[in-house]
Amino acid sequence: MVVPSSKLQDLIEEIRGAKTQAQEREVIQKECAHIRASFRDGDPLHRHRQLAKLLYVHMLGYPAHFGQMECLKLIASPRFTDKRVGYLGAMLLLDERQDAHLLITNSIKNDLSQGIQAVQGLALCTLSTVGSAEMCRDLATEVEKLLLQPGPYVRKKAVLTAVHIIRKVPELSNIFLPPCAQLLHERHHGVLLGTITLITELCERSPAALKHFRKVVPQLVQILWTLVTTGYSTEHSISGVSDPFLQVQILRLLRILGRNHEESSETMNDLLAQVATNTDTSRNAGNAVLFETVLTIMDIRSVAGLRVLAVNILGRFLLNSDKNIRYVALTSLLRVVQSDHSAVQRHRPTVVECLREPDASLSRRALELSLALVNSSNVRAMTQELQSFLESCPPDLRSDCASGILLAAERFAPTKRWHIDTILRVLTMAGTHVRDDAVANLTQLIGGAQELHAYSVRRLYSALAEDISQQPLVQVAAWCIGEYGDLLLEGSCEETEPLQVEEEEVLALLEKVLQSHMSLPATRGYALTALMKLSTRLRGDNNRIRQVVSVYGSCLDVELQQRAVEYNALFQKYDYMRAAILEKMPLVERGGTQDEEAKESKEAQHSEAAVIPTEPQTSKLLDLLDLLDGTSGAAQPPPPLEPSSEGTSVHLLDLPCVSPAPASIPNLKVFEREGLQLTLSFVRPPGTPALLLIMVTAINTSEADVTHFVCQAAVPKSFQLQLQAPSGDTVPAQGGLPMTQLLRILNPKKAPLRLKLRLTYNHFGQSVQEIFEVNNLPVETWQ
Amino acid sequence: MQFMLLFSRQGKLRLQKWYVPLSDKEKKKITRELVQTVLARKPKMCSFLEWRDLKIVYKRYASLYFCCAIEDQDNELITLEIIHRYVELLDKYFGSVCELDIIFNFEKAYFILDEFLLGGEVQETSKKNVLKAIEQADLLQESGESRSPISIL
Repeated sequence: MVVPSSKLQDLIEEIRGAKTQAQEREVIQKECAHIRASFRDGDPLHRHRQLAKLLYVHMLGYPAHFGQMECLKLIASPRFTDKRVGYLGAMLLLDERQDAHLLITNSIKNDLSQGIQAVQGLALCTLSTVGSAEMCRDLATEVEKLLLQPGPYVRKKAVLTAVHIIRKVPELSNIFLPPCAQLLHERHHGVLLGTITLITELCERSPAALKHFRKVVPQLVQILWTLVTTGYSTEHSISGVSDPFLQVQILRLLRILGRNHEESSETMNDLLAQVATNTDTSRNAGNAVLFETVLTIMDIRSVAGLRVLAVNILGRFLLNSDKNIRYVALTSLLRVVQSDHSAVQRHRPTVVECLREPDASLSRRALELSLALVNSSNVRAMTQELQSFLESCPPDLRSDCASGILLAAERFAPTKRWHIDTILRVLTMAGTHVRDDAVANLTQLIGGAQELHAYSVRRLYSALAEDISQQPLVQVAAWCIGEYGDLLLEGSCEETEPLQVEEEEVLALLEKVLQSHMSLPATRGYALTALMKLSTRLRGDNNRIRQVVSVYGSCLDVELQQRAVEYNALFQKYDYMRAAILEKMPLVERGGTQDEEAKESKEAQHSEAAVIPTEPQTSKLLDLLDLLDGTSGAAQPPPPLEPSSEGTSVHLLDLPCVSPAPASIPNLKVFEREGLQLTLSFVRPPGTPALLLIMVTAINTSEADVTHFVCQAAVPKSFQLQLQAPSGDTVPAQGGLPMTQLLRILNPKKAPLRLKLRLTYNHFGQSVQEIFEVNNLPVETWQ
Repeated sequence: MQFMLLFSRQGKLRLQKWYVPLSDKEKKKITRELVQTVLARKPKMCSFLEWRDLKIVYKRYASLYFCCAIEDQDNELITLEIIHRYVELLDKYFGSVCELDIIFNFEKAYFILDEFLLGGEVQETSKKNVLKAIEQADLLQESGESRSPISIL
């Protein structure tokens, strides 16, 4: 029966005989050259054979575009063999992106009207596989004619081609809607199946069509009823289930028609109950039908009893030995867990069992479902299950599991202590996988539970002592120890084991965290601050702490360096303030980005200390330029105060009201040379009469960039000046992004303001230095 | 159905049927990635996986993987039946089909598939009818004529 095409098979054999990739390429290149020649010579007899060989080579991944035109020639040939291969070639080599495919439209048109079923079949198949919107528009009427032809062979193909046409050109739906009514009376399963598919497509695309086809719900119910009760035919059945393909398709259409429509749903109830209870579930075919039935029941307005039946079927699926069935059950239960929560709850134990599945796609589903099933009554048990899952789960599920547990704990925690314990356990097991806000959440939680401070700090201390690698845990522990260090050392806590901790041990642990290469910069920050807080909490002298703090004053990490420098100042100059600043933190309000708020409130306490210690550095600037006298020679650039971006915002934040100053002071252009302009803008924040903020803006309209730009300033001795770090040291040419720098000037005596500026930069290949006093300063800047 | 791929345990493509328009380059990329993903699955795992925004249903028969990409609203279990039916059809046609049959007669595999599915949907649910259609078409080919209107069914 198999038609021989020996030459093709010879080639295939030759290719397979090649021992290496290179050899294979050689064979194929040689053959392709022959094929090309054959195409050029135009050998009609063997053209189909040559194309077939080309198609094989194409499947191996080699280029075959030179065969496209040959497809057209073969399709146009009267011989069936040619058409068969030609159309196959068209489906494999031509697609919408090539112009060539439009050329087959005519051939298809001819073949559709030819009257030879096999040929019509080829044409319809090709149109429904690679037909573009344009082709569909051209051939729609031809296809429509075929819908009502006598032979079912062509009709079933025409119906599915209509489906494709509608997908490509939805506007053509109106042509294909009328024939449906008649087609629904079909006895031939293929045509009927195609019709159902077509109606489904029409309804999905147009609400008007949906309304129209609601009329046929009774008819569909009848068809399915007959199929299920009496329609047993060996020809269409699989494992005792009558034509499962047709059943599934009808059920799907019923779902779409019954959705949000009481009347239709009612009509279907009995049928669905019948199918749900009587389908043979010993093999996959039956289960496929049952599955579709369940989906339909859950989606339409079915009676409560039916819904419970559906959920129970899914519950039974969960116990099926077939993995695939368990998988679809889990997926479906996830879809209905919100709407039918109590029904799904009944199957919770089975769902939890599925967590232990070795197959990752199943355990993932089980995890999602388990998390959805947690409520206030089962939270303790579920959390325990989930935590044991967390210990052994595959790595890609870890972070989802950890976050899920934390979220569930947050929503349903029975007691605060349980909550803290749970978070602690999760952080210990999967610390690196939790989301960023877990730290903030936990600190806020602990902070708010005063009765648990002692408990928390002890637990955290023990955990930290064991393991300093889990960053979120370390951060929380460091914060706690800092805040409640006194509770750690003194007294006992009934809820934990007696813990005898020495001051030195605590300090040693925090130092270890500081020094460890595993600690992130943020973690280090936490540890350093904690050490600082302990200086007021512990009873011993603070030499050790002072030492550490001063060492980090020269740390390379800018954030740490700033903190250390500020803390150092707290020890030295502002020791009287230290206790007040390092007091226990008030409870932070929850809301928005928790992390930032917590940091802000911390920073706010340090801000006052921050402003003043910078003075010693700026005094160098005052020495730089003696006002009204000449310039001094050695000019140092301002020491890299370089506050981190946080720092800049802090300095603005600690002032009660910085944004729009009510009385605006006009800007002042102070300098211009060869396209480089400097402008000053002034702000006098209302709450602080002594403060003046000056923003220096440099714009460069010339052709060349200004580089190595440094601006220094000097003011009379009674003033305090602070230069913030500039936005950059390059002022780009042609009006590019201006460079800005902020100057803060404190003028408590309200003396007249005088300002001298010194600029150094490179421009047009020359280095420039300019020194000048700013004239015409508005009186509002100092009065 | 968006597409169906058949490939060997070594990842060699034996059949590719695309029901959505994609460029050659895109098809190659999808094929490469999907083949890798499926071949990486362990034998005991379930037949379904999520890949990009599609559902993938695959099943291994001897040395060949049959892999279908379906859409969100499609029924996975019935897709398994589709795959199984196709294998049965091939088996009946070739007489105890093996991978070599599909390699050396790839065009026949396509013809059979095209009598079972059309535009990504099932067109004929009777095994008998599909096989009869192929038989008639083969006869038509053999006779070398395309003029006699033989009724397929």
